[in-house]
Amino acid sequence: MKAPVSWIRELVDLPAEVTTEVLTDRLTALGLKLEGIHAAGAEIRGPLVIGKVLTKEPEPQKNGKTINWCSVDVGDANGTGEPQGIVCGAHNFEPGDLVVVILPGGALPGGFEISARKTYGHVSAGMICSVRELGIGDDHDGILVLPPDAGAPGDDVFGLLGLDEEVIEFEINPDRAYALSLRGVAREAALGFGVPYADPAVRELPAPDGKAWEVVVDDPAGCPVFAARLVSGFDPAAPTPDVIKQRIEQAGMRSISLAVDITNYVMLELGQPIHGYDADKVAGALGVRRAHEGETLTTLDDTVRTLASEDLVITDDSGPIGLAGVMGGATTEMSATTTRILVEAAHWDAVSMFRTGRRHKLTSEAGKRNERGVDPLLPGIAADRVVELLVEHGGATAEPGYTLVGSAPQRSSITIATDLPARLSGIEISAMTTVENLRAIGATVTEREAGTIEVLPPTWRPDLNDPYDLVEEVVRIVGYDQVPSVLPRRATGRGLTRTQRLRRRVGRTLAGAGLVEVVSFPFVGEATFDKLGLVADDPLRTTVGLANPLSSEEPAYTTTLLPGLLEAAGRNLGRGAPGVALFETGTVAFPADNGPAPIYGVHTRPSVAELEKLDEALPLQPQHLAVVLAGERRRTGWWGAGSDAAWSDALAVVRRLAGELGVTIEVASANRMPWHPGRCAVVSIAGVQVGHAGELHPTVCRAYGLPARSAAVELDLDALMAAATDVAPGPSFSTMPLAKEDVALVVDAAVTVAAVEAALREGAGDLLETVRLFDVYTGEQIGAGKKSLAFALRFRAPDRTLTEAETGAARDAAVARAAELTGAVQR
Amino acid sequence: MSGPNTDYDPVEVAAVSPAELEAARDAALAAIAAAADLEQLKAVRTEHAGDRSALALANREIGALPPQARKEAGQRVGQARGAVSKALTARQEVLEAEHEARILVEEAVDVTLPTDAEPVGARHPLTTGAELIADIFVAMGWEVAEGPVIEAEWLNFDALNLGPDHPARTMQDTFWTEPADHHVVLRTHTSPVQARTMLTRTPPIYVVCPGRVFRTDEYDATHSPMFHQVEGLAIDEGISMAHLKGTLDHFASQMFGEGITTRFRPSYFPFTEPSAEVDLVCFVCRGVDSDQCRTCRGEGWIEWGGCGIVNPRVLQACGVDSERYSGFAFGMGIDRTLMFRHGLEDLRTLFEGDVRFTTAFGSEL
Repeated sequence: MKAPVSWIRELVDLPAEVTTEVLTDRLTALGLKLEGIHAAGAEIRGPLVIGKVLTKEPEPQKNGKTINWCSVDVGDANGTGEPQGIVCGAHNFEPGDLVVVILPGGALPGGFEISARKTYGHVSAGMICSVRELGIGDDHDGILVLPPDAGAPGDDVFGLLGLDEEVIEFEINPDRAYALSLRGVAREAALGFGVPYADPAVRELPAPDGKAWEVVVDDPAGCPVFAARLVSGFDPAAPTPDVIKQRIEQAGMRSISLAVDITNYVMLELGQPIHGYDADKVAGALGVRRAHEGETLTTLDDTVRTLASEDLVITDDSGPIGLAGVMGGATTEMSATTTRILVEAAHWDAVSMFRTGRRHKLTSEAGKRNERGVDPLLPGIAADRVVELLVEHGGATAEPGYTLVGSAPQRSSITIATDLPARLSGIEISAMTTVENLRAIGATVTEREAGTIEVLPPTWRPDLNDPYDLVEEVVRIVGYDQVPSVLPRRATGRGLTRTQRLRRRVGRTLAGAGLVEVVSFPFVGEATFDKLGLVADDPLRTTVGLANPLSSEEPAYTTTLLPGLLEAAGRNLGRGAPGVALFETGTVAFPADNGPAPIYGVHTRPSVAELEKLDEALPLQPQHLAVVLAGERRRTGWWGAGSDAAWSDALAVVRRLAGELGVTIEVASANRMPWHPGRCAVVSIAGVQVGHAGELHPTVCRAYGLPARSAAVELDLDALMAAATDVAPGPSFSTMPLAKEDVALVVDAAVTVAAVEAALREGAGDLLETVRLFDVYTGEQIGAGKKSLAFALRFRAPDRTLTEAETGAARDAAVARAAELTGAVQR
Repeated sequence: MSGPNTDYDPVEVAAVSPAELEAARDAALAAIAAAADLEQLKAVRTEHAGDRSALALANREIGALPPQARKEAGQRVGQARGAVSKALTARQEVLEAEHEARILVEEAVDVTLPTDAEPVGARHPLTTGAELIADIFVAMGWEVAEGPVIEAEWLNFDALNLGPDHPARTMQDTFWTEPADHHVVLRTHTSPVQARTMLTRTPPIYVVCPGRVFRTDEYDATHSPMFHQVEGLAIDEGISMAHLKGTLDHFASQMFGEGITTRFRPSYFPFTEPSAEVDLVCFVCRGVDSDQCRTCRGEGWIEWGGCGIVNPRVLQACGVDSERYSGFAFGMGIDRTLMFRHGLEDLRTLFEGDVRFTTAFGSEL
């Protein structure tokens, strides 16, 4: 909402010391937030004065143009009192006309500095201005010619043109629709400074007689009040008075014609949208009804709109002639020949207006007000004000008759305890202040039993329905700055939950392992999965789709965190990083397909079973953890050669994390895109798969611009954390001497280390403390298709020093079991 | 080796003369002093204190001396040998110390050599920032509540007094999941977590809800379809705006520094009534000479978030007795908070995944 300061001051008598800044501070504190203070002439630097054209000599030029060499009387504004010589390209003026002159040293909007300069063989000392050059209009057909009584040559024109007029732009919250009018803004200003306020909506109205025009309202719920008035003899050529034009433009609307400008002016003044019809184009009675599904209407913006059965329309004998409350129709539009004007001002159901506006993607100044709720007492008042202005400025005659269908809906009053504002704000607010402040906003307050009042909100405040709504009104007038600062003392929380603590632990562990966390968007599309090389029926392709995605390429919520990480890895490498190690934890989603989520009422709490239904309708949303390692992992330096990320780094991350959480994981070979079919591990906990780790498939590396051998992990973090050790049992360990035995076992290449290790462990018995693979050898010495695994076995007894015989026996038993289970042969 | 000799010939055996002994001792001491390194000292030891040395031989003869000469000779020889031995030990220590000192000098390294063999990791400031906020509240006895990102429409809107035709639903354009008539959305705020908390717990309730939220905003330097919020909810007997102010003032000073407080401006949110916008004293200029301040752009205040007293309609929908309890709620953007706390120019840096961005935050957050 843009409100010119002079208009506000016209409606409310503010003390002189209230500057615009003081005014906006106070209004912001009351809830009308300042967006900005604009002045049309803010970019203009004078001298900008009235000039009287003394002579005008047309001089044809070689380029075909004719310029005018003028002498202009600018009074003493040029310091000499002599006429000013100015070259002007426009022709729409004659000697004797008053024009606007900017003199050398001034500047026009856009940083256009004015100086005396040589042009077309003259020294042109200044410029005669058009409205466009002044930044106050679009008209560039000629220069601005002022009325003969505008003033004397040399007079400053800032005030005359409204260039010094400050316009305040407010951000109006949805509950303060009344402030989408000068009536409302001025009311707040009066409230803010405790000065009297003369409501411009107070008018003497004729008694309704239904004779202005026949109106039939079929849907009183959608249109509770409809007012109509008629004028005739209107002069369609009459110009819009400057003050109306300026104010409309300052408010951010365009001046169109006197009749349209007046309806807009009154809307800005009072907040009531008004529509004017060319009465000669309206056939028969006006009707208000819901549209027939599929009916069409061409609106004023020359758009053919197909209507829905919920849309409210205004009709005449020809059918719909307007989209009620939102936009008029083209067939009855006022034009340059309109002399009879039918004025409509109606009160509409706000919800219906909102739906129609949304359905037709139509935002209009009228719709904006109607969908937020307008004072239902305004229609007749606004129509009367429009008639008054049409008569005053357009030479029209008010036809007798005033049609008013319906009446303002009854409001119920609100009972409120007088101490509620004090209790909810924490400010000491007396019962008297509560009553006074509610009266100040226009409410009717009746005292009931002790400590209780009954409040009838003013008609322009449809937002006030509950006691708490009234509290806000009382408190904002007392001042939010009066709210004391007191810490609540009763919070007795139990700290972070175990899951929250574990999640932090996971993040710290991964960062400690040299990984950098990434936060990426969860939107994916088929192309994303193609890039990952997923087969057509891969379960990861079954996504939760978005009905209104930002990009049609990515219309779904992701089932995997890898795409975002892979993109980020590619971005880092593309920006010159020699290597990158990234991780992300986040939500992925899998459709539940349990039908729609219910919509419950809001007056009671849904039952436990009903709440469960809500959750059942939601997708499964596990937390995942993903890692991508690409390029240099350990740096090459003076200490020696580094190494690039490999499949084993991915598993190292998994094991480190599992170790940190105290989770025992199993690792087995797997074949799963986007991983390398021979270098992918499936990770399980107690036999249940929780994710994969390993080297990425070469096609995936290429697709994302990553070096070959890049590695990745994706795990179900929820499952991992659920398996975390809850209470770790205290370890007991022996301090007896350690006995060492190393063995080298030859097995088939296909036999896994895990299998051999498990066999050794099983065979060695209780004396075995640790077993660790320390070397793998393949080569001629052991033959093709074989590998030699070197294990370090470490034995210790809880109570004694082991003898060589005992250790040897345990070692032999271990080797024997390995031979039995894996075909291992000791070298 | 000569053993004790009881059957000796006094003619053949004579004690080393004092002069000879003295000469041998002096020669030994001189050689010891002259030994330049441990190698030379080892040779000196063999020559002057070894089995074949003059002093060792003199010592060996003592046993063959007549008893009356033995004591005197023994004393002389013993003193000489003692002096040599002592000198050897002393010299040994000196040379060893010199040796070690030299080795240490030789082993000196350039300590400015890089040591960055291992990669450096970091957590994202959005994560650590949310944890910092959570910790501030946990320290006050609050708890951290969480909920699903993909949420039922009823919980995201209706339960929070945003009815199907509420204009606020256009203020926050929503991602709907398919099919759209299944009433499931990507949550537009973390408020449904508050609703869930009220629906499943009994007051007193003091929870903060940090989390990821979505709106259909085109992605640019200041807008993102995905961002992060933290909301707080307190439901208790006698809760007022004063408690809200106290809580936010405490939060502000913990997050931005001692003395940073908040101010309230009337505003509108469907789930609160009365409602307020929260501004923060600019933590850079602190309202002094704000005209020059790039953080608050001359305002002296920074818009931080929204808050208010929980609308009784919300309490009603969530099964809280609004006669007995009142509550306050607040919410602000974590991304936005980080942007002005750290002077970030472009929101997109948070989501690009450039490691240079993330590692720059170190452990400050």
